[in-house]
Amino acid sequence: MNVFTTILKRDLLLAIRHRAELLNPMLFFVLVIVLFQLGMRAKPAVLVSLAPAIVWIAALLSALLSLDHMFRSDMEDGALEQMIISTQPTSLLVLAKILAHWIITGLPVALVAPILGLMLGLSFDATKILLLTLLIGTPILSAIGSIGVALTVGLRRGGVILSLLILPLYVPVLIFASQTVTTYMAGYPVMASLSLMMGMLVLSLSLAPWASSAALRMSVS
Amino acid sequence: MYKLFHQLGSPPTFYRWSGLWLPWLAFACFALFVIGLYGGLVYAPADYQQKDSFRIIYIHVPAAWMSMFVYVVMAVSGAIALIWHIKLSEIMMLSSASIGASFTFIALVTGSIWGKPTWGTYWEWGDARLLSELLLLFLYIGIIGLYSAIEDKRKAAQAVSILALVGVVNIPIIHYSVVFVNTLHQGPTVSKFDAPSIDTRMLIPLLIMAVAFKLFYIIVLLLRSRNELLWRERRSNWVKNIVKVKNND
Repeated sequence: MNVFTTILKRDLLLAIRHRAELLNPMLFFVLVIVLFQLGMRAKPAVLVSLAPAIVWIAALLSALLSLDHMFRSDMEDGALEQMIISTQPTSLLVLAKILAHWIITGLPVALVAPILGLMLGLSFDATKILLLTLLIGTPILSAIGSIGVALTVGLRRGGVILSLLILPLYVPVLIFASQTVTTYMAGYPVMASLSLMMGMLVLSLSLAPWASSAALRMSVS
Repeated sequence: MYKLFHQLGSPPTFYRWSGLWLPWLAFACFALFVIGLYGGLVYAPADYQQKDSFRIIYIHVPAAWMSMFVYVVMAVSGAIALIWHIKLSEIMMLSSASIGASFTFIALVTGSIWGKPTWGTYWEWGDARLLSELLLLFLYIGIIGLYSAIEDKRKAAQAVSILALVGVVNIPIIHYSVVFVNTLHQGPTVSKFDAPSIDTRMLIPLLIMAVAFKLFYIIVLLLRSRNELLWRERRSNWVKNIVKVKNND
């Protein structure tokens, strides 16, 4: 467990030292949503029905944008190699990295989302459900994303290929999350789809570190 | 058993064996295609509702089956490549990727052509199978893209194996998430695929075509792997011998 807390503390500390990086994904998230509405000029009734999907697509994009940082700087200064050849299990290290990435990027996005939800015309209760789906869903994005980053970290320009690898895998999260909010707004119970999302969270957190550590070993060797 | 496995896994043995098998496979595949197409286009009766337009099923359904089958083959051979480091299964996986992508593309195109007369639209966002097939195409393209992006081909093959395994875990989740939305929201809209029972005169050509597609896949897979194998082992003695024999002919 020691390696887990050490890496987590180190990554969070590094993030606090670079405050601009901490803010960027959140600002990007807000900007994408604003651009959506500026481009559409949709009527309030239409906007409400689109709001869950817009918020979630913006969340996907901001996660994708920030993913590359997860291993890149450690790869460049050689720290990653040292972590992998150390006696500690690599999957635990990856799990800590995933958690740190979520706290740095996913959590701020989830916390700022209710304000945007209200601005898009969602009711207060629907906004709460939106927040809940973001809190459950954004860690899944970090977990699945870690596999893609681990596979492409050795490449000089991994950005485009990363989005090609990761976005199809994000589809279930997007569908379940935006559907949960839409279902709630239509007045149906949402416990079932929330439970399914939590199941996906557990599954991705338990399987992704494995795949990522295998991919990291491949990338570093 | 294990010994046989190992022998077939060695490149020269594989090359010789596949060379012996290929003409027979090609003959069987050709014969089945002729029988299947005749059965499908002439022998099978026209559908009472869709008339003759249903006959595209003899291309569409086998291609769709193969698109999923090839992905599973890729994942299994990827796992074998990762665990036992058998070079041949690595090659099999890599050669499968673009074949599978083509099958997926064929299934999508024929499906959308078929969709126009039966559903009245080329593209139906509400249909679960259509969407999961489209996402499968993206997964294939991702695999091909990743392989070509990594310079060191040994590494690239490992990366692709991992990605194929991740993908095979995700395909059922993707499929059911798409199904979930549609069943939750509007009930089964399009269930033309699940006709109550298919006439045996229609079914038999379909099964023959399915086998023919499978043989076609095996043939293309063998041809591609043989090429890749020769290229990778171009500095080894057995390849040099083959080239020498060919030159003397």
